[in-house]
Amino acid sequence: MIPSKLAYHRPNNVNEAIQMLQNYGDDCKILAGGHSLIPVLKQRLNDPEHLVDISGLTELKGIRDNEKSITIGAGTTHAEIANSTAVQQHAPMIAQAAASIGDVQVRNFGTIGGSIAHADPAADWPAVLLAADANVVIKNTGGTREVDIDQFFLGLFTTAVQEGEIITAIRIPKTAFNRNSTYVKFPHPASRFAVVGCAAAVAKEGGNVTAARVAFNGVSSKPFRDMGIEKGLKGNALNADTIAAATKNAAAEVSVMSDHFASEKYRRHLAGVYARRALGAL
Amino acid sequence: MKVQISVTVNGTNYQREVEPRMLLVHFLREELSLTGTHVGCDTSSCGACTVHLDGKALKSCTMLAVQANGKSITTIEGMATNGQLHPLQEGFHQEHGLQCGFCTPGMIMTAADLLANNSDPSEQEIREGLEGNFCRCTGYHNIVKSVQHAAKKMV
Ligand SMILES: Cc1cc2nc3c(=O)[nH]c(=O)nc-3n(C[C@H](O)[C@H](O)[C@H](O)COP(=O)(O)OP(=O)(O)OC[C@H]3O[C@@H](n4cnc5c(N)ncnc54)[C@H](O)[C@@H]3O)c2cc1C
Ligand code: FES
Ligand code: FES
Repeated sequence: MIPSKLAYHRPNNVNEAIQMLQNYGDDCKILAGGHSLIPVLKQRLNDPEHLVDISGLTELKGIRDNEKSITIGAGTTHAEIANSTAVQQHAPMIAQAAASIGDVQVRNFGTIGGSIAHADPAADWPAVLLAADANVVIKNTGGTREVDIDQFFLGLFTTAVQEGEIITAIRIPKTAFNRNSTYVKFPHPASRFAVVGCAAAVAKEGGNVTAARVAFNGVSSKPFRDMGIEKGLKGNALNADTIAAATKNAAAEVSVMSDHFASEKYRRHLAGVYARRALGAL
Repeated sequence: MKVQISVTVNGTNYQREVEPRMLLVHFLREELSLTGTHVGCDTSSCGACTVHLDGKALKSCTMLAVQANGKSITTIEGMATNGQLHPLQEGFHQEHGLQCGFCTPGMIMTAADLLANNSDPSEQEIREGLEGNFCRCTGYHNIVKSVQHAAKKMV
Protein backbone atom coordinates (compact mmCIF):
# COMPACT_ATOMS: atom_id res chain seq x y z
CA MET A 1 0.00 0.00 0.00
CA ILE A 2 1.32 3.39 -1.01
CA PRO A 3 -0.01 6.81 0.01
CA SER A 4 -1.38 9.23 -2.60
CA LYS A 5 0.96 11.82 -4.10
CA LEU A 6 1.93 14.47 -1.60
CA ALA A 7 4.40 17.24 -0.94
CA TYR A 8 6.70 17.00 2.06
CA HIS A 9 7.90 19.94 4.16
CA ARG A 10 10.37 20.05 6.99
CA PRO A 11 10.10 23.25 9.06
CA ASN A 12 13.07 24.43 11.15
CA ASN A 13 11.01 25.42 14.18
CA VAL A 14 7.48 25.43 15.56
CA ASN A 15 6.69 28.94 14.30
CA GLU A 16 7.69 27.95 10.79
CA ALA A 17 5.53 24.82 11.08
CA ILE A 18 2.53 26.93 12.14
CA GLN A 19 3.14 29.24 9.18
CA MET A 20 3.10 26.22 6.85
CA LEU A 21 -0.18 25.00 8.35
CA GLN A 22 -1.55 28.48 7.77
CA ASN A 23 -0.40 28.50 4.13
CA TYR A 24 -1.67 25.05 3.17
CA GLY A 25 -4.94 25.09 5.14
CA ASP A 26 -6.97 21.92 5.22
CA ASP A 27 -4.92 20.25 2.45
CA CYS A 28 -2.22 19.81 5.05
CA LYS A 29 -1.41 17.34 7.85
CA ILE A 30 1.18 17.40 10.61
CA LEU A 31 3.47 14.35 10.59
CA ALA A 32 5.03 13.41 13.93
CA GLY A 33 5.99 9.78 14.65
CA GLY A 34 3.79 8.67 11.75
CA HIS A 35 2.55 5.60 13.59
CA SER A 36 -1.08 6.56 13.23
CA LEU A 37 -0.85 8.84 10.20
CA ILE A 38 1.22 6.66 7.83
CA PRO A 39 -1.18 3.69 8.15
CA VAL A 40 -4.06 6.12 7.49
CA LEU A 41 -2.29 7.54 4.40
CA LYS A 42 -1.50 4.04 3.12
CA GLN A 43 -5.14 3.05 3.37
CA ARG A 44 -5.99 6.40 1.75
CA LEU A 45 -8.51 7.15 4.48
CA ASN A 46 -7.06 10.65 4.32
CA ASP A 47 -5.38 12.31 1.33
CA PRO A 48 -3.56 15.47 2.41
CA GLU A 49 -1.62 17.25 -0.33
CA HIS A 50 1.01 18.47 2.10
CA LEU A 51 2.79 16.93 5.06
CA VAL A 52 4.56 19.12 7.60
CA ASP A 53 7.09 16.90 9.38
CA ILE A 54 7.62 18.10 12.95
CA SER A 55 9.53 15.00 14.06
CA GLY A 56 12.88 16.79 13.89
CA LEU A 57 11.90 19.78 16.04
CA THR A 58 13.96 19.70 19.25
CA GLU A 59 11.62 22.35 20.80
CA LEU A 60 8.95 19.65 21.02
CA LYS A 61 11.12 16.97 22.59
CA GLY A 62 12.04 16.00 26.10
CA ILE A 63 10.73 15.90 29.65
CA ARG A 64 11.25 18.80 32.05
CA ASP A 65 10.99 18.26 35.78
CA ASN A 66 9.69 21.62 37.08
CA GLU A 67 8.85 22.58 40.65
CA LYS A 68 5.08 22.03 40.42
CA SER A 69 4.70 20.02 37.23
CA ILE A 70 6.34 17.76 34.72
CA THR A 71 6.26 19.07 31.17
CA ILE A 72 6.40 16.49 28.42
CA GLY A 73 7.16 17.84 24.93
CA ALA A 74 4.53 16.76 22.39
CA GLY A 75 7.25 15.15 20.24
CA THR A 76 8.53 12.95 23.07
CA THR A 77 8.26 9.24 22.24
CA HIS A 78 6.36 6.68 24.27
CA ALA A 79 9.69 4.91 24.99
CA GLU A 80 11.30 8.07 26.38
CA ILE A 81 8.32 8.65 28.69
CA ALA A 82 8.30 5.03 29.89
CA ASN A 83 11.99 5.35 30.83
CA SER A 84 11.80 8.75 32.55
CA THR A 85 12.59 8.52 36.28
CA ALA A 86 10.79 11.81 36.95
CA VAL A 87 7.62 10.42 35.38
CA GLN A 88 7.97 7.07 37.16
CA GLN A 89 8.31 8.87 40.49
CA HIS A 90 5.64 11.58 40.16
CA ALA A 91 3.02 9.82 38.05
CA PRO A 92 3.67 6.08 37.79
CA MET A 93 0.50 5.52 35.73
CA ILE A 94 1.97 7.65 32.95
CA ALA A 95 5.11 5.53 32.73
CA GLN A 96 3.01 2.35 32.89
CA ALA A 97 0.72 3.50 30.09
CA ALA A 98 3.70 4.45 27.91
CA ALA A 99 5.30 1.04 28.45
CA SER A 100 2.06 -0.74 27.53
CA ILE A 101 1.61 0.88 24.11
CA GLY A 102 1.91 -1.42 21.08
CA ASP A 103 5.40 -2.87 20.82
CA VAL A 104 9.02 -1.71 21.01
CA GLN A 105 9.04 -0.41 17.45
CA VAL A 106 5.87 1.64 17.98
CA ARG A 107 7.13 3.03 21.29
CA ASN A 108 10.45 4.05 19.70
CA PHE A 109 8.79 6.45 17.24
CA GLY A 110 5.18 7.16 18.26
CA THR A 111 4.74 10.38 20.25
CA ILE A 112 2.39 11.48 23.02
CA GLY A 113 1.34 14.59 21.06
CA GLY A 114 0.50 12.51 17.99
CA SER A 115 -1.52 10.06 20.02
CA ILE A 116 -3.71 12.63 21.75
CA ALA A 117 -4.16 14.64 18.53
CA HIS A 118 -5.33 11.45 16.81
CA ALA A 119 -7.71 10.64 19.72
CA ASP A 120 -8.31 6.99 18.92
CA PRO A 121 -10.94 5.79 21.43
CA ALA A 122 -8.77 2.72 22.17
CA ALA A 123 -5.52 4.67 22.70
CA ASP A 124 -3.88 4.54 26.13
CA TRP A 125 -2.90 8.18 26.70
CA PRO A 126 -6.38 9.72 27.00
CA ALA A 127 -7.44 7.94 30.21
CA VAL A 128 -4.15 8.52 32.03
CA LEU A 129 -4.02 12.18 31.09
CA LEU A 130 -7.63 12.64 32.25
CA ALA A 131 -6.82 10.93 35.55
CA ALA A 132 -3.65 13.03 35.87
CA ASP A 133 -5.53 16.36 35.54
CA ALA A 134 -3.12 17.28 32.74
CA ASN A 135 -3.06 20.46 30.67
CA VAL A 136 -2.40 20.48 26.93
CA VAL A 137 -0.28 23.35 25.62
CA ILE A 138 -1.31 24.39 22.11
CA LYS A 139 0.35 26.93 19.85
CA ASN A 140 -1.13 28.91 16.94
CA THR A 141 -0.30 32.12 15.07
CA GLY A 142 -1.77 34.16 17.93
CA GLY A 143 0.42 32.56 20.62
CA THR A 144 -0.02 29.81 23.16
CA ARG A 145 -3.12 28.54 24.94
CA GLU A 146 -3.55 25.85 27.57
CA VAL A 147 -6.50 23.50 27.49
CA ASP A 148 -7.66 21.59 30.55
CA ILE A 149 -7.67 17.90 29.69
CA ASP A 150 -11.33 17.71 30.74
CA GLN A 151 -12.10 19.99 27.77
CA PHE A 152 -9.65 18.40 25.32
CA PHE A 153 -11.25 15.19 24.03
CA LEU A 154 -14.48 16.02 22.21
CA GLY A 155 -15.39 12.69 20.61
CA LEU A 156 -14.28 9.98 18.22
CA PHE A 157 -10.97 11.20 16.68
CA THR A 158 -11.97 14.75 17.66
CA THR A 159 -10.17 17.14 20.01
CA ALA A 160 -9.97 20.81 20.94
CA VAL A 161 -7.04 21.30 18.53
CA GLN A 162 -8.16 23.68 15.76
CA GLU A 163 -6.92 23.90 12.19
CA GLY A 164 -3.51 25.57 12.07
CA GLU A 165 -2.62 24.63 15.65
CA ILE A 166 0.14 22.44 17.05
CA ILE A 167 0.23 20.71 20.41
CA THR A 168 3.59 21.65 21.91
CA ALA A 169 3.50 20.04 25.35
CA ILE A 170 1.53 18.19 28.00
CA ARG A 171 1.79 19.39 31.58
CA ILE A 172 1.32 16.93 34.45
CA PRO A 173 0.81 18.55 37.88
CA LYS A 174 2.85 17.12 40.74
CA THR A 175 0.09 16.07 43.11
CA ALA A 176 -0.45 13.45 45.81
CA PHE A 177 -2.99 11.65 43.60
CA ASN A 178 -0.55 11.43 40.68
CA ARG A 179 2.16 10.01 42.93
CA ASN A 180 -0.27 7.23 43.92
CA SER A 181 -1.60 6.18 40.53
CA THR A 182 -1.77 3.21 38.21
CA TYR A 183 -2.94 2.22 34.74
CA VAL A 184 -4.23 -1.23 33.80
CA LYS A 185 -5.73 -2.46 30.55
CA PHE A 186 -7.22 -5.40 28.78
CA PRO A 187 -5.12 -5.21 25.61
CA HIS A 188 -6.31 -6.35 22.23
CA PRO A 189 -4.22 -9.48 21.73
CA ALA A 190 -2.76 -8.39 18.38
CA SER A 191 -2.43 -4.59 18.40
CA ARG A 192 -2.18 -4.05 22.20
CA PHE A 193 -4.65 -1.15 21.90
CA ALA A 194 -6.97 -1.03 24.93
CA VAL A 195 -10.22 -2.97 24.64
CA VAL A 196 -10.74 -1.43 28.08
CA GLY A 197 -8.18 0.66 29.98
CA CYS A 198 -8.55 2.23 33.41
CA ALA A 199 -6.33 4.88 34.98
CA ALA A 200 -6.76 5.62 38.68
CA ALA A 201 -5.10 8.28 40.83
CA VAL A 202 -5.96 8.51 44.53
CA ALA A 203 -4.76 10.80 47.32
CA LYS A 204 -5.28 9.66 50.91
CA GLU A 205 -4.97 11.31 54.30
CA GLY A 206 -5.18 9.32 57.50
CA GLY A 207 -6.29 6.33 55.47
CA ASN A 208 -9.23 8.14 53.84
CA VAL A 209 -9.50 9.19 50.22
CA THR A 210 -9.22 12.97 49.83
CA ALA A 211 -9.07 13.08 46.02
CA ALA A 212 -9.73 10.49 43.36
CA ARG A 213 -9.62 10.64 39.58
CA VAL A 214 -10.64 7.53 37.65
CA ALA A 215 -10.82 7.48 33.85
CA PHE A 216 -11.45 4.97 31.09
CA ASN A 217 -10.50 4.52 27.45
CA GLY A 218 -11.68 1.84 25.06
CA VAL A 219 -15.11 1.82 26.69
CA SER A 220 -16.87 4.70 24.96
CA SER A 221 -16.21 6.61 21.72
CA LYS A 222 -14.70 9.30 23.92
CA PRO A 223 -12.42 8.76 26.93
CA PHE A 224 -14.11 9.86 30.15
CA ARG A 225 -13.77 10.28 33.91
CA ASP A 226 -16.20 8.15 35.86
CA MET A 227 -17.67 10.66 38.31
CA GLY A 228 -19.78 7.96 39.97
CA ILE A 229 -16.68 6.03 41.00
CA GLU A 230 -14.82 9.19 42.03
CA LYS A 231 -17.68 10.34 44.29
CA GLY A 232 -18.10 6.86 45.71
CA LEU A 233 -14.49 6.75 46.84
CA LYS A 234 -14.16 10.21 48.34
CA GLY A 235 -14.07 10.37 52.13
CA ASN A 236 -13.91 6.60 52.52
CA ALA A 237 -11.11 4.23 53.37
CA LEU A 238 -9.78 2.38 50.33
CA ASN A 239 -10.40 -1.34 50.76
CA ALA A 240 -12.03 -4.20 48.87
CA ASP A 241 -15.50 -3.33 50.19
CA THR A 242 -15.41 0.39 49.45
CA ILE A 243 -13.87 -0.28 46.02
CA ALA A 244 -16.56 -2.86 45.20
CA ALA A 245 -19.31 -0.44 46.24
CA ALA A 246 -17.85 2.48 44.28
CA THR A 247 -17.27 0.48 41.07
CA LYS A 248 -20.56 -1.43 41.09
CA ASN A 249 -21.99 0.85 38.39
CA ALA A 250 -18.80 1.52 36.45
CA ALA A 251 -19.35 3.23 33.09
CA ALA A 252 -23.04 3.57 33.90
CA GLU A 253 -23.30 7.16 32.68
CA VAL A 254 -21.85 6.73 29.17
CA SER A 255 -22.91 4.99 25.99
CA VAL A 256 -20.62 1.98 25.67
CA MET A 257 -19.10 0.80 22.36
CA SER A 258 -19.84 -2.61 20.94
CA ASP A 259 -17.86 -4.39 18.23
CA HIS A 260 -16.60 -7.84 17.27
CA PHE A 261 -13.92 -7.70 19.98
CA ALA A 262 -16.27 -6.99 22.88
CA SER A 263 -20.00 -6.45 23.22
CA GLU A 264 -21.46 -3.53 25.14
CA LYS A 265 -22.30 -5.76 28.10
CA TYR A 266 -18.82 -7.31 28.21
CA ARG A 267 -17.08 -3.93 27.92
CA ARG A 268 -19.12 -2.51 30.79
CA HIS A 269 -18.31 -5.59 32.84
CA LEU A 270 -14.60 -5.18 32.03
CA ALA A 271 -14.76 -1.52 33.08
CA GLY A 272 -15.75 -2.65 36.58
CA VAL A 273 -13.12 -5.40 36.67
CA TYR A 274 -10.31 -3.09 35.56
CA ALA A 275 -11.40 -0.27 37.90
CA ARG A 276 -11.24 -2.74 40.81
CA ARG A 277 -7.81 -3.94 39.71
CA ALA A 278 -6.48 -0.41 39.39
CA LEU A 279 -7.91 0.82 42.70
CA GLY A 280 -6.94 -2.40 44.47
CA ALA A 281 -3.31 -1.68 43.61
CA LEU A 282 -3.38 1.73 45.29
CA MET B 1 7.80 16.31 -7.05
CA LYS B 2 10.84 14.26 -6.13
CA VAL B 3 13.12 15.35 -3.32
CA GLN B 4 16.78 14.74 -2.72
CA ILE B 5 17.70 12.65 0.32
CA SER B 6 20.98 11.56 1.83
CA VAL B 7 20.90 8.42 3.95
CA THR B 8 23.63 6.25 5.44
CA VAL B 9 22.74 2.58 5.20
CA ASN B 10 25.04 -0.03 6.73
CA GLY B 11 27.84 2.54 6.78
CA THR B 12 27.54 3.62 3.14
CA ASN B 13 26.13 7.03 2.22
CA TYR B 14 23.51 7.10 -0.54
CA GLN B 15 22.10 10.20 -2.27
CA ARG B 16 18.86 9.59 -4.13
CA GLU B 17 15.85 11.46 -5.48
CA VAL B 18 12.64 9.96 -4.15
CA GLU B 19 8.93 10.64 -4.27
CA PRO B 20 7.85 11.89 -0.82
CA ARG B 21 5.23 9.18 -0.61
CA MET B 22 7.77 6.37 -0.99
CA LEU B 23 7.94 4.16 2.10
CA LEU B 24 11.34 3.53 3.65
CA VAL B 25 11.00 -0.23 3.14
CA HIS B 26 10.47 0.27 -0.61
CA PHE B 27 13.45 2.62 -0.73
CA LEU B 28 15.66 -0.05 0.84
CA ARG B 29 14.38 -2.90 -1.30
CA GLU B 30 13.79 -1.21 -4.64
CA GLU B 31 16.24 1.72 -4.74
CA LEU B 32 19.12 0.09 -2.86
CA SER B 33 18.32 -3.57 -3.68
CA LEU B 34 18.63 -4.50 -0.01
CA THR B 35 15.97 -7.19 -0.12
CA GLY B 36 16.82 -8.74 3.24
CA THR B 37 14.23 -6.41 4.78
CA HIS B 38 10.88 -8.08 4.12
CA VAL B 39 7.31 -6.84 3.76
CA GLY B 40 5.01 -9.22 5.61
CA CYS B 41 1.78 -7.37 6.33
CA ASP B 42 2.27 -3.80 5.14
CA THR B 43 -0.05 -2.75 7.99
CA SER B 44 2.55 -2.07 10.73
CA SER B 45 1.72 -5.31 12.52
CA CYS B 46 4.18 -8.11 11.70
CA GLY B 47 7.64 -6.56 12.19
CA ALA B 48 9.20 -8.35 9.17
CA CYS B 49 10.30 -4.94 7.86
CA THR B 50 12.18 -3.96 11.05
CA VAL B 51 15.44 -2.03 10.59
CA HIS B 52 17.35 0.29 12.92
CA LEU B 53 17.06 4.05 12.47
CA ASP B 54 19.77 5.80 14.48
CA GLY B 55 20.09 2.60 16.51
CA LYS B 56 16.39 2.09 17.28
CA ALA B 57 14.15 -0.67 15.94
CA LEU B 58 11.65 0.71 13.43
CA LYS B 59 8.99 -0.87 11.22
CA SER B 60 10.22 0.52 7.91
CA CYS B 61 6.78 0.11 6.31
CA THR B 62 5.59 2.81 8.73
CA MET B 63 7.97 5.59 7.74
CA LEU B 64 8.51 7.57 4.56
CA ALA B 65 11.95 7.44 2.98
CA VAL B 66 12.15 11.26 3.16
CA GLN B 67 11.85 11.07 6.95
CA ALA B 68 15.13 9.14 7.03
CA ASN B 69 17.02 12.01 5.37
CA GLY B 70 20.26 12.65 7.25
CA LYS B 71 19.86 9.53 9.38
CA SER B 72 21.73 6.30 9.75
CA ILE B 73 20.06 2.96 9.02
CA THR B 74 21.16 -0.60 9.72
CA THR B 75 19.49 -3.49 7.91
CA ILE B 76 20.04 -7.23 8.26
CA GLU B 77 22.70 -6.96 5.53
CA GLY B 78 24.74 -4.77 7.88
CA MET B 79 24.80 -7.18 10.82
CA ALA B 80 27.67 -9.48 9.82
CA THR B 81 31.18 -7.99 9.96
CA ASN B 82 33.99 -9.18 7.67
CA GLY B 83 32.14 -12.36 6.83
CA GLN B 84 31.64 -13.12 10.54
CA LEU B 85 27.99 -13.67 11.46
CA HIS B 86 26.53 -11.44 14.18
CA PRO B 87 25.94 -13.44 17.42
CA LEU B 88 22.19 -13.20 16.78
CA GLN B 89 22.56 -14.63 13.28
CA GLU B 90 24.74 -17.37 14.72
CA GLY B 91 22.14 -17.98 17.46
CA PHE B 92 19.28 -18.41 14.97
CA HIS B 93 21.49 -20.84 13.01
CA GLN B 94 22.64 -22.88 16.02
CA GLU B 95 19.31 -23.00 17.83
CA HIS B 96 17.16 -23.60 14.76
CA GLY B 97 15.39 -20.27 15.30
CA LEU B 98 13.83 -20.26 11.85
CA GLN B 99 11.89 -22.45 9.47
CA CYS B 100 10.83 -20.52 6.36
CA GLY B 101 13.01 -17.57 7.43
CA PHE B 102 10.60 -14.86 6.34
CA CYS B 103 10.33 -13.25 9.78
CA THR B 104 14.01 -13.77 10.67
CA PRO B 105 15.58 -10.48 9.52
CA GLY B 106 12.96 -8.50 11.46
CA MET B 107 13.32 -10.78 14.50
CA ILE B 108 17.08 -10.27 14.51
CA MET B 109 16.85 -6.48 14.19
CA THR B 110 14.32 -6.22 17.04
CA ALA B 111 16.33 -8.64 19.19
CA ALA B 112 19.42 -6.50 18.58
CA ASP B 113 17.54 -3.44 19.91
CA LEU B 114 16.48 -5.49 22.95
CA LEU B 115 20.03 -6.70 23.70
CA ALA B 116 21.42 -3.17 23.28
CA ASN B 117 19.18 -2.05 26.17
CA ASN B 118 19.26 -5.24 28.24
CA SER B 119 22.29 -7.49 27.86
CA ASP B 120 20.86 -10.29 30.02
CA PRO B 121 17.09 -10.49 29.35
CA SER B 122 14.89 -13.12 31.00
CA GLU B 123 12.74 -15.39 28.84
CA GLN B 124 9.75 -13.18 29.64
CA GLU B 125 11.66 -10.04 28.65
CA ILE B 126 12.68 -11.64 25.35
CA ARG B 127 9.08 -12.61 24.58
CA GLU B 128 7.83 -9.12 25.45
CA GLY B 129 10.69 -7.48 23.54
CA LEU B 130 9.69 -9.38 20.39
CA GLU B 131 5.97 -8.59 20.80
CA GLY B 132 5.95 -6.58 17.57
CA ASN B 133 7.32 -9.44 15.45
CA PHE B 134 5.18 -12.31 14.24
CA CYS B 135 6.40 -15.76 13.21
CA ARG B 136 4.03 -18.14 11.45
CA CYS B 137 6.34 -21.16 11.66
CA THR B 138 8.40 -21.70 14.79
CA GLY B 139 6.04 -21.17 17.71
CA TYR B 140 8.69 -18.72 19.03
CA HIS B 141 10.32 -21.32 21.31
CA ASN B 142 13.56 -21.61 19.38
CA ILE B 143 13.57 -17.89 18.65
CA VAL B 144 13.81 -17.27 22.40
CA LYS B 145 16.67 -19.81 22.61
CA SER B 146 18.43 -18.09 19.69
CA VAL B 147 18.31 -14.73 21.47
CA GLN B 148 19.55 -16.34 24.70
CA HIS B 149 22.44 -17.88 22.73
CA ALA B 150 23.39 -14.42 21.42
CA ALA B 151 23.02 -12.77 24.84
CA LYS B 152 25.48 -15.27 26.35
CA LYS B 153 27.91 -14.80 23.50
CA MET B 154 27.76 -10.99 23.61
CA VAL B 155 28.61 -10.44 27.31
C1 LIG C 1 1.16 -1.68 15.40
C2 LIG C 1 0.69 -0.50 16.22
C3 LIG C 1 0.24 -0.72 17.51
C4 LIG C 1 -0.20 0.35 18.29
N1 LIG C 1 -0.64 0.08 19.56
C5 LIG C 1 -1.05 1.11 20.33
C6 LIG C 1 -1.50 0.87 21.67
O1 LIG C 1 -1.49 -0.25 22.19
N2 LIG C 1 -1.93 1.94 22.39
C7 LIG C 1 -1.93 3.22 21.88
O2 LIG C 1 -2.32 4.13 22.58
N3 LIG C 1 -1.51 3.47 20.63
C8 LIG C 1 -1.06 2.45 19.85
N4 LIG C 1 -0.62 2.73 18.57
C9 LIG C 1 -0.64 4.12 18.06
C10 LIG C 1 0.64 4.84 18.43
O3 LIG C 1 0.67 5.14 19.80
C11 LIG C 1 0.88 6.13 17.63
O4 LIG C 1 2.22 6.41 17.73
C12 LIG C 1 0.21 7.38 18.10
O5 LIG C 1 -1.17 7.14 18.17
C13 LIG C 1 0.43 8.53 17.14
O6 LIG C 1 1.59 9.25 17.43
P1 LIG C 1 2.57 9.67 16.24
O7 LIG C 1 3.63 10.52 16.81
O8 LIG C 1 3.00 8.46 15.54
O9 LIG C 1 1.62 10.61 15.37
P2 LIG C 1 1.35 10.70 13.80
O10 LIG C 1 0.92 9.39 13.27
O11 LIG C 1 2.50 11.36 13.13
O12 LIG C 1 0.12 11.70 13.82
C14 LIG C 1 -1.14 11.31 14.28
C15 LIG C 1 -2.15 12.45 14.11
O13 LIG C 1 -1.84 13.51 15.03
C16 LIG C 1 -1.54 14.73 14.34
N5 LIG C 1 -0.44 15.32 15.10
C17 LIG C 1 0.76 14.70 15.40
N6 LIG C 1 1.49 15.49 16.22
C18 LIG C 1 0.77 16.60 16.45
C19 LIG C 1 0.99 17.78 17.24
N7 LIG C 1 2.12 17.95 17.96
N8 LIG C 1 0.02 18.73 17.25
C20 LIG C 1 -1.14 18.55 16.56
N9 LIG C 1 -1.41 17.46 15.80
C21 LIG C 1 -0.47 16.50 15.75
C22 LIG C 1 -1.21 14.31 12.93
O14 LIG C 1 -1.53 15.32 12.00
C23 LIG C 1 -2.11 13.11 12.73
O15 LIG C 1 -3.41 13.49 12.41
C24 LIG C 1 -0.17 1.67 17.77
C25 LIG C 1 0.30 1.91 16.48
C26 LIG C 1 0.74 0.84 15.70
C27 LIG C 1 1.26 1.12 14.33
S1 FES D 1 5.56 -5.21 6.84
FE1 FES D 1 5.99 -3.66 8.27
S2 FES D 1 5.12 -4.42 10.05
FE2 FES D 1 4.55 -5.96 8.62
S1 FES E 1 10.30 -18.77 10.33
FE1 FES E 1 8.63 -18.67 8.99
S2 FES E 1 7.61 -16.89 9.72
FE2 FES E 1 9.10 -17.20 11.21
